Amino acid sequence: MSSNATTAEGEVPQFYELVPHHHAPHGSTQIGFWIYLMSDCLIFASLFAIYGVLGGNYAAGPSPEHLFNLPLVAVSTAALLLSSITYGFAMLDMDEGKKTGTLVWLVITGLLGAVFLGLTLYEFYHMIHEGAVPQRSAFLSAFFVLVGTHALHVTFGILWLVTLLVQIGMKGLIPANKIRVQCLSMFWHFLDVIWIGVFTVVYLMGMLR
Amino acid sequence: MSASTSHDTLAHGTHAHPNPDAHGDGHDHGTRRTYLIGFALSVILTAIPFWLVMADVISDTMIATIVIMGFGVVQIFVHMVYFLHMNTKSEGGWTMMAAIFTIIVIVIALSGSLWVMFHLNTNMMPGHIMNPADLI
Amino acid sequence: MTNEFWSFIFGRLTWDVLPLHEPIVVITFIVVAIGGLTVLGALTYFKLWGYLWKEWFTSVDHKKIGIMYMVLGIIMLLRGFADALMMRLQQAIAFNGYEGYLNAHHYDQLFSVHGVIMIFFVAMPLITGFMNYVVPLQIGARDVSFPFLNNFSFWMTAGGAVLVMISLFIGEFAQTGWLAFPPLSGIEHSPASGVDYYIWALQVAGVGTTLSGVNLIATIIKMRAPGMSLMKMPVFTWTSLCTNVLIVASFPILTAVLTLLALDRYVGTNFFTADFGGSPMMYINLIWIWGHPEVYILILPCFGIFSEVASTFSGKRLFGYTSMVYATVVITVLSYLVWLHHFFTMGSGASVNSFFGITTMIISIPTGAKIFNWLFTMYKGRIRFELPMMWLIAFMLTFTIGGMTGVLLAVPPADFVLHNSLFLVAHFHNVIIGGVLFGIFAGINYWWPKAFGYKLNTYWGKISFWLWNVGFWLAFGPLYVLGLMGVTRRLRTFDDPSLQIWFIIAGIGALVIAGGIAAMLVQFAVSILGKNKEWDTTGDPWNGRTLEWATSSPPPQYNFAFTPIIHDNDAWADMKTRHAQRPTKDFMEIHMPCNTGTGIVLAGLSVVLGFALIWYMWWLAILSFVALIGAAIIHTFNYDRDYYIPVEAVAEVEDTRTRLLSGAR
Repeated sequence: MSSNATTAEGEVPQFYELVPHHHAPHGSTQIGFWIYLMSDCLIFASLFAIYGVLGGNYAAGPSPEHLFNLPLVAVSTAALLLSSITYGFAMLDMDEGKKTGTLVWLVITGLLGAVFLGLTLYEFYHMIHEGAVPQRSAFLSAFFVLVGTHALHVTFGILWLVTLLVQIGMKGLIPANKIRVQCLSMFWHFLDVIWIGVFTVVYLMGMLR
Repeated sequence: MSASTSHDTLAHGTHAHPNPDAHGDGHDHGTRRTYLIGFALSVILTAIPFWLVMADVISDTMIATIVIMGFGVVQIFVHMVYFLHMNTKSEGGWTMMAAIFTIIVIVIALSGSLWVMFHLNTNMMPGHIMNPADLI
Repeated sequence: MTNEFWSFIFGRLTWDVLPLHEPIVVITFIVVAIGGLTVLGALTYFKLWGYLWKEWFTSVDHKKIGIMYMVLGIIMLLRGFADALMMRLQQAIAFNGYEGYLNAHHYDQLFSVHGVIMIFFVAMPLITGFMNYVVPLQIGARDVSFPFLNNFSFWMTAGGAVLVMISLFIGEFAQTGWLAFPPLSGIEHSPASGVDYYIWALQVAGVGTTLSGVNLIATIIKMRAPGMSLMKMPVFTWTSLCTNVLIVASFPILTAVLTLLALDRYVGTNFFTADFGGSPMMYINLIWIWGHPEVYILILPCFGIFSEVASTFSGKRLFGYTSMVYATVVITVLSYLVWLHHFFTMGSGASVNSFFGITTMIISIPTGAKIFNWLFTMYKGRIRFELPMMWLIAFMLTFTIGGMTGVLLAVPPADFVLHNSLFLVAHFHNVIIGGVLFGIFAGINYWWPKAFGYKLNTYWGKISFWLWNVGFWLAFGPLYVLGLMGVTRRLRTFDDPSLQIWFIIAGIGALVIAGGIAAMLVQFAVSILGKNKEWDTTGDPWNGRTLEWATSSPPPQYNFAFTPIIHDNDAWADMKTRHAQRPTKDFMEIHMPCNTGTGIVLAGLSVVLGFALIWYMWWLAILSFVALIGAAIIHTFNYDRDYYIPVEAVAEVEDTRTRLLSGAR
């Protein structure tokens, strides 16, 4: 977008590009995916707004300090943070063209994601078992949907990651695959950012209320 | 967008290093060092608020909330810079532009919703103050 | 046992949900069925299925997708307008204890489905169609950034429309108004399938809209021809960019809200219920955070169309290009700061109401600036009163009045009187018909020769123009009066006989509009089938100023054999004045994306998923969901997505154009 096709005074400017016009393959993919992430951000913003407005409406049901288990949240946060840096290592290996290294780091990332997911499911199971079901109060509805939507995103991230592992295995680190690894990287780190919001607003501030 | 297209064959052939002149990706990928710095920062920025809440360090809820939110905001920026590699130059500034616009919309939607719904609650929920002067 | 078996298979779908007791619907069904079978039979008889599938349904060409969006929008306009006519007839006769010919169950569906169709399946497809068709041409690109995604987006929009149409014959549609406010739309008060049709139709279409927004933003950011800096982009491209930014930054909110409403209905959560801490007002708050940007999503591209029309038919550069761009950007941001004016009366109090009242009045300033820009563009111009220009004049008169009634409604105390009255109905029809629809008509008349190679018939176009304009004021003038007299919207019967005359006038107005629509269809038919077509061999029938007129009409598949280089914001006018020579030899092979049927398959599965969820056929919902994910994953294993058009093919097309151009001069 940087060029300016202006010409010197008097000279007849060129009106057509007479050489092949190349758009680098997948040249729009990253910005396109970024814009999609921005839209996804707004889904979470709506859910945060709902949680912000309804999060205090316990309807005489259980409140955060009875339900939340901060050490557990700390562990799942750690898993997600670790998965962020392991994904970073996968990206570094990919840039150096190391296929095996990339695959290994991606697998580790996926496993950490699975740990996070497992802990979330455990928390949900535990809460539902105690009668703190989403139907119990507006607070619980908002909690389950906000945390659940994030977990659903992680699930899709893992599904995507597995697909990518197969594709890299089949085709190697070809440009088409590299761009996918980059997009998944953005997705994965984006989920981290959302999780920071979730543990701050839902868990930490919930315990303070 | 290249008017001088001589670089294009280069940008076309390899995808390894971003060519700011062509349509190629303008993302920086970061180095092992930046990833580690980012990770260290985010560990610190996560650990402190968890500690603040779990050890009940700040007794005033209001202040504690503000401090925790502050940590959250800083950590979000750390992630955007060190993991999402946001800067003013990538994609000709469009990544940054998109993020800023999104943040504006999010701030409007969140603060607006809270403001509007708080006033609705105050005014419309039965059993609350009914002094007209408080309705403003 | 068997009963359980059938309810497992069909969920709550039984013979009883077919509206056999509603003679009007049965007759409609018979007519639609006969018409549909005739069309299907004709397609089969003339062996057109293969052609449609290969050349259109699976096409990733932005021009063909654009045209398909337009066809979808116009078909749905007929459906939405039929609903409007029925409502007008009902309100014109249901006086003095007479119940009219529509029962409440049917009437409530009518006004809900009318609004939903007109906004989501008429206005949205039509403007998306224009953006799809025109933007890549205006920026000198060969296609959009993600051609497959474009095809998929279209089919998702069409899929949403299909679900709405199914609701006419299987089950029912929502009886809640077009935004389905809870608690009325909750499971307790709307237990039937109507609201579920509403939710899933909008969710399916919403995915398409959001992705198409992402696609067009990326296209405008990344695919502009060399030399086209942001401030050299045509105004229509600018307004499209802003509209798509609004789409991407507001439709997710709709998606989230509708998902939460669905959860309330299906799972029993308490977001918008009146019990257990839920808040129906939060739904209204959130949906209008989407809803207000939505009206600017609709109007901004039309502002763009009018800007192109004003400068082309005045033979001048657009007056105040920079202010036009800034006005558009300011509107984009401000549109997020006014949503509360849709519910001033909900009780937020004076401080909140006055904030949103003031922002609402502020947003009319950039819009006013645009009106002046168009007027000054016309000033001292050589104005040609072709059809697009006529629509521009009609728009400026109509829209300004609609805008002024809008500013009236922006005053909170006035809104307390006029809220939910027919005055409001008249206001938003005034801006949506006078702004969006007139803009679309201007655009159709303006770009038709580009898309098909010949101009639309002027005679029938003018008849349609006058019928629309007269009909509009006859139909909505009385509603202003009635609104000021305090008549609320969505009423089925009336007690006060003195009101009837106004409703009769409004009904006559609707019939005149019907004449306008009919004249437009005749205009299309005469232009398509007529023997004395006004062929456009130059590619530039209106002496246009932007890049889409630099290529042939209709443009070749690849739009431009050589990518243009831009030196001025009216790029094509600049090229004409400086005698730019179109290269006629040394063609190169051109890299293009392949057609694919994946989009239609994914959208089809989404419709099945939506239908299964509406009727509680859980096995089918799971099955179609898994199939949807599976099909998407399988699609990612296809790496061969593009091909090269050989030099000979390019040369053949371009040589034909060279011959045509030399013959025309």
